[in-house]
Amino acid sequence: MLRALVLSFLLLTGLIAPATAQTDLQTILQTHAAEVESPGRQSVGIVLNDLAASGLPGVAAFLEAWQGREVVRNAQDGLFYRQGRAQGNDVPLLDIATGAPAGTAPKSALTESRPNGGVRREIASALVRFQLSDPDIAKRSAAVDSIARSPDPEQVALLAESIDDEPDPALKMRKEQLALMLTARFGETTEARVEAIEALAGSLSLDVRATLNQILTTTDGVAAEAPQANIARLREPGIDMPLFTAYRELVDAGLAPPRVPPAQLKEALAQHVEGGTVAGIPLAQLSDPARREEAYQALAAQGLVAPTVPEADFNRALEAHVFYSAYAETDPAVTDAARRTLDAIQTKVGVNQTADIALDALSLASIYFLAAIGLAITFGVMGVINMAHGEFIMMGAYTGYVVQLFIPNYTLSLVVALPLAFAVTFAAGVAMERLVIRWLYHRPLETLLATFGISIALQQLAKNIFGTQARPLTSPGWLDGALVINEVIQISYIRIAIFVLALIFLGLILFALNRTRLGLEVRAVTQNPGMAASMGIDPDRINMLTFGLGSGIAGIAGVAIGLYAKVTSEMGQDYIVQSFMTVVVGGVGNVWGTLAGATLIGGLQKGIEWFNPSNTLAAQTYMILFIILFIQFRPKGIVALKGRAAGD
Amino acid sequence: MTSKLLATLPAAALLLSATSALAQDCPIKVGVLHSLSGTMAISETTLKDTVEMLVAQQNEKGGLLGCQLEAVVVDPASDWPLFAEKARELLTVHNVDVIFGNWTSVSRKSVLPVIEELNGLLFYPVQYEGEESSKNVFYTGAAPNQQAIPATDYFLEELGVEKFALLGTDYVYPRTTNNILESYLISKGIAKEDIFVNYTPFGHSDWSTIVSDVVALGADGKQVGVISTINGDANIGFYKELAAQGVSADDIPVVAFSVGEEELSGLDTSNLVGHLAAWNYFMSADTPENASFIEAWHAYIGNTDRVTNDPMEAHYIGFNMWVNAATAAGSTDVDAVRMAMYGQTFPNLTGGMAEMLPNHHLSKPVLIGEIRADGQFDIISQTDPVPGDAWTDFLPESAVLTSDWKDLGCGMYNTQTSTCVQIKSNY
Amino acid sequence: MTFTATNARPAPRRSFIAQNPSVLWFLLALAVFTLGVTLLSEATGTGFLSTSFVKTLGKTLCLCLVAIAMDVVWGYCGILSLGHMAFFGIGGYAIGMWLMYARTEIIVTRSLMAAPIPPTEQEIVDSIGTQIFGVVGSSEFPLIWSFADSLFLQLLMVIAVPGLLALVFGWLAFRSRVTGVYLSILTQAMTLALSLYLFQNDSGLRGNNGLSGLQNIPGLEEMGQATLSIVFFWASALALGMGYVMFAWVVSGKMGSVIRGIRDNEARVRFLGYPVERFKLFVFTLTAVVAAIAGALYYPQAGIINPAEIAPIASIYLAVWVAIGGRGRLYGAAIGAAFVSLLSSWFTGGGAPDINLGFYRIQWTDWWLILLGLSFVAVTLFAPKGIGGLFDLLSHRHAPDRVGDYGPDKGALRAEEGSEPEEAK
Repeated sequence: MLRALVLSFLLLTGLIAPATAQTDLQTILQTHAAEVESPGRQSVGIVLNDLAASGLPGVAAFLEAWQGREVVRNAQDGLFYRQGRAQGNDVPLLDIATGAPAGTAPKSALTESRPNGGVRREIASALVRFQLSDPDIAKRSAAVDSIARSPDPEQVALLAESIDDEPDPALKMRKEQLALMLTARFGETTEARVEAIEALAGSLSLDVRATLNQILTTTDGVAAEAPQANIARLREPGIDMPLFTAYRELVDAGLAPPRVPPAQLKEALAQHVEGGTVAGIPLAQLSDPARREEAYQALAAQGLVAPTVPEADFNRALEAHVFYSAYAETDPAVTDAARRTLDAIQTKVGVNQTADIALDALSLASIYFLAAIGLAITFGVMGVINMAHGEFIMMGAYTGYVVQLFIPNYTLSLVVALPLAFAVTFAAGVAMERLVIRWLYHRPLETLLATFGISIALQQLAKNIFGTQARPLTSPGWLDGALVINEVIQISYIRIAIFVLALIFLGLILFALNRTRLGLEVRAVTQNPGMAASMGIDPDRINMLTFGLGSGIAGIAGVAIGLYAKVTSEMGQDYIVQSFMTVVVGGVGNVWGTLAGATLIGGLQKGIEWFNPSNTLAAQTYMILFIILFIQFRPKGIVALKGRAAGD
Repeated sequence: MTSKLLATLPAAALLLSATSALAQDCPIKVGVLHSLSGTMAISETTLKDTVEMLVAQQNEKGGLLGCQLEAVVVDPASDWPLFAEKARELLTVHNVDVIFGNWTSVSRKSVLPVIEELNGLLFYPVQYEGEESSKNVFYTGAAPNQQAIPATDYFLEELGVEKFALLGTDYVYPRTTNNILESYLISKGIAKEDIFVNYTPFGHSDWSTIVSDVVALGADGKQVGVISTINGDANIGFYKELAAQGVSADDIPVVAFSVGEEELSGLDTSNLVGHLAAWNYFMSADTPENASFIEAWHAYIGNTDRVTNDPMEAHYIGFNMWVNAATAAGSTDVDAVRMAMYGQTFPNLTGGMAEMLPNHHLSKPVLIGEIRADGQFDIISQTDPVPGDAWTDFLPESAVLTSDWKDLGCGMYNTQTSTCVQIKSNY
Repeated sequence: MTFTATNARPAPRRSFIAQNPSVLWFLLALAVFTLGVTLLSEATGTGFLSTSFVKTLGKTLCLCLVAIAMDVVWGYCGILSLGHMAFFGIGGYAIGMWLMYARTEIIVTRSLMAAPIPPTEQEIVDSIGTQIFGVVGSSEFPLIWSFADSLFLQLLMVIAVPGLLALVFGWLAFRSRVTGVYLSILTQAMTLALSLYLFQNDSGLRGNNGLSGLQNIPGLEEMGQATLSIVFFWASALALGMGYVMFAWVVSGKMGSVIRGIRDNEARVRFLGYPVERFKLFVFTLTAVVAAIAGALYYPQAGIINPAEIAPIASIYLAVWVAIGGRGRLYGAAIGAAFVSLLSSWFTGGGAPDINLGFYRIQWTDWWLILLGLSFVAVTLFAPKGIGGLFDLLSHRHAPDRVGDYGPDKGALRAEEGSEPEEAK
């Protein structure tokens, strides 16, 4: 920051420019050759200073090339070049200052200069002056980003100058806000700053909060009496901080003698063992901490060890001093305004954060719903426990992956993958129903175990075919990124897509079950197969189709889940227990119930996570415990069927 | 008393080796204890292939001590108790002279008592959390001070990070590493409030809230950086969410300790360019040794798309050091080889020499790489060799501990009280 | 259905053994096996069997014990519990805590006593804490370790913790009449919650690393693993024998009839005036405790316990063993557990030769699980009596004809529509 300040000052006054104008870019770079070749954040400043001070025309282009890792040093002549695209082993070189072709060099002779992230940021802020009014909007907004990342008092003027000529309205607004933020922090008069701070009120932007927090930076201190400073608050030992921490602060400030910690005390005693005693106390008694303290005090009295502080002095010292936090900013008017504004913003942020969590919960619920909806049909409607349901999800995801191998266009591959995943898992479901499940309609417990057998077989098969490493399933470009409602609330498009997909399936299934011939037959067969059969319905066929439908939906869910998370042979396992819970909690035999179950579980999980953000695992544990208890008290789930359809 | 006994051990071992060198049993057996099935198979199978390749290479060079080498491969199936069982089987039934194996810490802890009881020799190739030094294990992977601390220094000095999010999978490596980092950062003047720690389960996929939380950390205007010890599959969801929320490496850099070339192959890395990883080896290292290693690997495995990674280099160094130590000792006797191991040097694939220290760790350079769009890493920082430290200096309990099997004959020596806490490990 | 057949007719009271001839045969086989292994082991015999194999056999006996418990709760009482391996694991954790604490205490005290100043009690406890939890980045003892210093209390925990958990869980579940597959899912959820809880470092049980080094028994360091493996083998055999006799007694006589009645038709038993819930709760809790005892014997032989051992899949495997061995007969469960677990380690251990099909090489490490999964489906469909059914062929005994739980039925086209047992719903 200081560097930029001095630099700008020199530039503005034009003191240094004429002196160095004669030298060319290569010479400057050669002066700092080592630094240019492998730059470090804290040492690159000097190079940037010299470059900017030189006022040479090629500096901006060089900095951009440097940032983009195009600068190389040729070991043959020791000079820096920009590199072109390599053709085989030979790399075409461009002159560093003019960009004119300068021959080629073998790859092995070139050392690439690789500025790291920190250096690139420094370069970016050196580039700001060149880019703020650049015709390319991308460069202008890069410059604005750079200012936002590392605000600098000297940029106030530069930024202000560029605002009027800014053609892009959105960027202009950003620039204006940025100018306000800079004024708030670095403005010259109190009035100007307070005004700027108040103008920032209501903004949810992270940068605004950052600015205000920077103004409100405090440092902790301790003194015998409260000092004449812009004090933020007083800290109470024992309440705001542990007593020992407070005492350590006193010691560090030189206001109290240090206490000897137990380990050191023990060591001191060990050094003064005389004939089986320490200060007259037998060694055997020293396993008692009180006796140790006594022995130490005795030693201290003899002047053999440094004295330690008795308990009473300790407390007295704490009481005798004032612990405070003081603002680094000395102007109370500014800090008061900033505090007021920030508090207002925080309240607003809190509300928005709650909304964001709610949105996350909704998204999680839709994922659970999508994973469970197939199960809602096979388990909920047909009453078949299918432990291989998770593996159908996995099969769908792998189908998506295989399709992407053949169709490189992500959008097209998705369009192909969704119906294909349905077809594949539908077929698998029908095969499973025909071969295994239909023999076991009377033995639900054994269905559970048989389908589990299929589940482990399918999982291992997937491992044998695809390996255990996760496979990429990449979403199309238009699903990248997030819908930004404001600076706090945002949700990724892929999650919105999953939400929409879940809604579509909800609608489709409700329609299929309640409004179509198939749905009628399904409901008839599940309620009373014998009666249905005598009405001319083929229960075999209906069971097969229903099971196929449930499985097919699992396949589509697999594609969706694979897009947002990962594709592995074990992904099904992550969802199977949760899916069963969703169906059971929601109420068996009812699609609405599944929806309710998914919402409850998703909301609950996010809610618990919110209370305990540092431990996601705990959230899952408590959620399952809650579900177990919930089922005990409401065994039929949230939406319980009544009457004959309830099945008992 | 104990130390006197131990001091005579090397001499006894040498005596023993002198007699056993004559009667060297052929072939010399090399045990391979890597999971070939189960969840860890993908990572560990590669290492099994690496050891087999190294054994084949050594046999081409004429074997060891006039004998051919033979790899004995068993499959502990990612089942931790089975690791102990298989280790016992290798040592008592197959009578192997050395074992190369394990990936996860828990599997190593499972094997430790068996190896120590039967006086076996294990080479462990994976970066781990430290706080351990067994007489019978050589740790060729990175200790925290060879990966986590340098990466944190890089964050502090090069990227100017002032606020840290330590995200990890909930198991021992992230827990211990984050603990060490927390006290390290505090010692560097980072306030406790500026360190956000979060643990997620294995294979976690719902990252949106956590990533939002991390972004929100920037609200007080400090530069935020993420140190990730997220393991395995969970990284995919994490990086996808980072990309979706538009978090670029310029805004919030992420340095990962468990993400290598293998893990990135499950991802589209175009959105992750600029995020970082810290290892002792990257496949993109530009040295002749590395080029020939990659060539040999591709030839052996018959697939030029296969990547190489850090634990493979660890086995490469460990195996060659063992061969050299056995040659120097003239025997494969465990104690003789162990004494000959200290001070062994072998060229790293990334340049420079690795040296085996008396605390059974290597001294190796630390590399920091930025993710490239092609799934490889740009090496942007390479330190001088850092000696591996078994007991970290940044936790008060272990700062007083040191490990020196050569002179002190103790893996957990309390320098404050000058006593050996224990000869065998706490598992 | 051996026992159903013998109990069905109101025969004059015969002795327990005469009623259950299989008990004698089983104990005999177990005794011969135990003696055989002892004579062939490294420590006490010819050394034909390696110590690691003796340990495997000892662990297998523990698995047989938990399988028998599973058979009682599922095969006899009709509760498909997917939580018994969780009880097994709790038993392992309970004993593991003492093993770890006591061994570390010995190490720590020895080290601290060497220092010039004798340690305070707090220092000893702190050092043990650092040793045990240092690796997971903590050094303070969590509350659950309060009893870890006492072998007696910790042994009590082996029984009390799973017993209480089963009691509370069972009481809640049976009280609200959760039955059939719902109960299975619920028990699975309990298992998942428990394993997730243990996976957390904050649980105070060393998270994912679990408790390790359990094969070193404090106070018995001098013994050597070869002898120790035989000691544990004998203990496991003893526990299995006693467990078998106890369960054979539980499932015979009047109580056995009620328990089986609950399996076949819960509602009818309830209408007859039996307190169904109490019987179920008794069986559930008793088997949970036995499972925990089996676990407490298993893990010192395995050497390490961690949350992965408690994962829901372990409990499903337990059900698989019992089903393959043959439900509703105790020896069937034991055979199933031994057969499948030993076969499994033979296949995954590379014991089985690869099959070269010319175009593809079947490596059993990769294909074993597929074989297991499919053979499990086959057993369910075609041989619901499992391996134990073979004994019926030997003794020419036929299971009584019952509508219900066994054999393929005609699915949706079945003739006896509407007359299916209650359990089918």
